[in-house]
Amino acid sequence: MTAYQDANGEELHEVRLTVNGAARTARVPARRLLSDCLRHDLRLTGTHVGCEHGVCGACTVLLDGAPVRSCLLLAVSVDGTDITTVEGLADPDGTLSPVQQAFAECHGLQCGYCTPGFLTTITAGLAVTPDPDDEQARDMIGGNLCRCTGYQNILAAVHRAAEITRERAADAGGRS
Amino acid sequence: MKPPPFRYSRPESITEALALLDDEAKVLAGGQSLVPLLNFRLAAPEHLVDINRLTALSYVDTANGAVRVGALARHADLLANDAAAAAQPLLRQALRWVAHPAIRNRGTTVGSLVHADPAGEMPAVIALLGGTVHVASTAGERSIPAGDFFLGPLESAVQPDELAVEAEFPVLPRSGTGTGFAEISRRRGDYAICGVAALAWLAADGRIGGASAAYLSMGPVPVVVDLTEAVAGTAAEAATFPAAADLARDRLNPQPDIHATASYRRHLAGVLTERALLTAVARAREARDA
Repeated sequence: MTAYQDANGEELHEVRLTVNGAARTARVPARRLLSDCLRHDLRLTGTHVGCEHGVCGACTVLLDGAPVRSCLLLAVSVDGTDITTVEGLADPDGTLSPVQQAFAECHGLQCGYCTPGFLTTITAGLAVTPDPDDEQARDMIGGNLCRCTGYQNILAAVHRAAEITRERAADAGGRS
Repeated sequence: MKPPPFRYSRPESITEALALLDDEAKVLAGGQSLVPLLNFRLAAPEHLVDINRLTALSYVDTANGAVRVGALARHADLLANDAAAAAQPLLRQALRWVAHPAIRNRGTTVGSLVHADPAGEMPAVIALLGGTVHVASTAGERSIPAGDFFLGPLESAVQPDELAVEAEFPVLPRSGTGTGFAEISRRRGDYAICGVAALAWLAADGRIGGASAAYLSMGPVPVVVDLTEAVAGTAAEAATFPAAADLARDRLNPQPDIHATASYRRHLAGVLTERALLTAVARAREARDA
């Protein structure tokens, strides 16, 4: 919370975050939303901003592993936390995560604007509910809006992601 | 949009926080109601006092005959707390309807009470149960009964120099009492068009002894209606409660808005009263037979 000022005389605060496993710092005004801190200050534009009042879910990121709306958090207020954005879901070698792979296989996206929020939400959802039934899958994505797909392919992707996770775990187990 | 500029403080202790609160200050806890208001520029506090470092207030405590929820306990913390759900089942029944999981991960239960949205689930819950909100300021502490807490839409009895530190929800009496919750919204997790929290108890003869219900989105503040005259003496196995539905429709005076007409809201109040009562009475029977 060291005091700096921007060109307009607005006080700046130093924010330290772990983003996708890397230590990052930014100097931001207190009113900087986490969504804008990620996109503007840290240049991680994978997190999308839709409604900016918590309704659409496009900006969902994982805060210490749990999904939150990054447009409803002040960056300064989450100083010291661990953030996962859509950029942090794939393996370092580029292998898609189970949820990303399932979206590709099931045609779970068209324009892709809402997709980062769905991917983070479902990633966290499957960690809690690894084998969701249809109602649990619907509940999982109930807070995210998509205007292209009609949701059915996204629902299919939730189930397929659960399946891929199990397949990969079985493969890993078979090799060891 | 983006929030307007404000001065920002992040106290490390309750004492420090209280010293910062005055007419120009606004408390930031989960921010799931406040930050949208800032983004819309409907609120423009001069000074924001962020209490997210006051981890001493993150507790959910079920000892001593009440569920005590600290100001920094998230909805998700309370929802996941099995001891709290056992002591007062209405908490979990209602929390499942509070927004979406991503909102519940950050939003606080005490914050939603202070926000006093008439469409909020938890204000109706504390109003129905006759709970208490404990607040503190540099002048000392005071306890506000739920009946005096909600003054109007988005207006609670908490003063600008006060911090709501704890919500106290009474536990359910052990035998023959049950709770239920029912709600209708356009999309699961959205604001309720109408919602009902119900409490019912059985008489010694096994029939229904009485009931009350609290309604959300049906007035400027949570509306509590005593349904006893409509249900007392009814068989506990009853599948419908038409007299209770009529009484609720008669007592409530909802306003129309973009989502629903007043008459549709009143219709829902009757339907949802019966649904919430059905659950509450079934739970009361289970509690008695356990």
